[in-house]
Amino acid sequence: MRTDISKINEQTPHQGLTEGMMIFAGGTSKQFETGEWRTRTPILNKDLCRQCMVCSMVCPDSCIPLKDGERVTFDYKHCKGCGICAKACPFDAIDMKEGR
Amino acid sequence: MARKDRMSGNEAVAYAIRQINPDVMPAFPITPSTEIPQMVSTYIANGDIDTEFIPVESEHSAMSAAIGSEAAGARTLTATSSAGLAYMWEELLLAASNRMPIALALVNRTLSGPININCDHSDGMGARDTGWIQIYAENNQEAYDNFIQAYPIAEHAGVHLPIMICQDGFITSHAVENIELLEDEDVKGFVGEYEPEEFLLNPGNPIAVGPYSVTNYVMEAKKNQALALEGSKEVILKVAEEFEKVSGRKYGLFEEYRTEDADYIMLIMGSAAGTAKQAVDDLREKGKKVGVVKLRVFRPFPADELADALKNAKAVAIMDRTESYNGNGGPLGSEVTAGLYRNKIMLETVNYIYGLGGRDFTVQEVYDIFAQLEDFIENGNKPEQYQYIGLRK
Repeated sequence: MRTDISKINEQTPHQGLTEGMMIFAGGTSKQFETGEWRTRTPILNKDLCRQCMVCSMVCPDSCIPLKDGERVTFDYKHCKGCGICAKACPFDAIDMKEGR
Repeated sequence: MARKDRMSGNEAVAYAIRQINPDVMPAFPITPSTEIPQMVSTYIANGDIDTEFIPVESEHSAMSAAIGSEAAGARTLTATSSAGLAYMWEELLLAASNRMPIALALVNRTLSGPININCDHSDGMGARDTGWIQIYAENNQEAYDNFIQAYPIAEHAGVHLPIMICQDGFITSHAVENIELLEDEDVKGFVGEYEPEEFLLNPGNPIAVGPYSVTNYVMEAKKNQALALEGSKEVILKVAEEFEKVSGRKYGLFEEYRTEDADYIMLIMGSAAGTAKQAVDDLREKGKKVGVVKLRVFRPFPADELADALKNAKAVAIMDRTESYNGNGGPLGSEVTAGLYRNKIMLETVNYIYGLGGRDFTVQEVYDIFAQLEDFIENGNKPEQYQYIGLRK
């Protein structure tokens, strides 16, 4: 039953799809760039950020990754622009810009 | 060697479950199917089987848990009736589209309202377009036999679809009848171990089950599912052939009873087929050429096969044990006539609605129906095309 899903696309005839649309891999949601849905975009003001990490913890889509003990940029491929980080930031270091 | 016993339909299905020893059973009690999880729980408590029983808080959860468990790689089943099946509705469709070979023991009871706990087929018929295989039984023996055939059908590599094994509430589920049981090792040998090719708890081989499909994939996905259901017809017949070798009992998509030269045929499903057969035996003694077609496999629907089985009759009574509220007839009334039309077989049919909410269906009513068909053909007295039987007027 195992099918090379990298060879499946929106032109694949029905015979070429997997049973029950099963995906034979893990973590494939990364490939689904939900950031395309965004209508507002969070922008970090580095001068105001004190690296408290609250934004990273409250992000419902895990789009504020941590690296070497610091919150770095946003994962704009998956950030849907909900604005929760901007609301939660105690230092007003995140602005929501209109558009993508 | 087979063993003779006497059992109710619920006992017979629970006995089959004990012999199969499935992995997981999430279930919630509802009359008249309650005894099945109750008896399975007793088997578990007594150490007869090691099935994991999950006492869930609703049927919605029962079917959700069943999907999760089956996806994880465990052979899973549940049992329900009436509103319980209705409450599973959303998950029934997911079980089928995710291609999960779950077995469900359905003890047919009417859907409210008016609220009532007795038999008709409105629950099973309500789920007729959910993608499940549906097999109906006439008596406890068939309920037992059908349940033993359930997993070999559902888990077949070309099928991978959930299966509903249906029996009539109270009439079959609670009435004690003679039954011939298979030996435990024969059942184990027939059903075999469950060895899914792909499942969630499979280290090193990750899968995602039931992912979102964008518009450009949905029609293709549904076509594949429909093809699997169509293809299951052949598997159902093959499994029945194998079952005959161990049990000596023969099954098909439907049973033809004294129809070979019949001018008038009653097409019926479930326990009332026994009543119809009795009436046919009586009428045959009086020289009437009548017969019964008892539908066993309702999904996939054997439209062409039924059309072929009915083609030599002058008139057919199509019996529905449910009201479809469409102003045009019951599910069998609509689907059988569509099958006849597509095969260009233009015989007379009358669609009768009977036995709703546990209303008795009698031998006398079968005589009356055959008399009405005969009067229609012989004297041209056209009956109402869609009518209730046993209705007080």
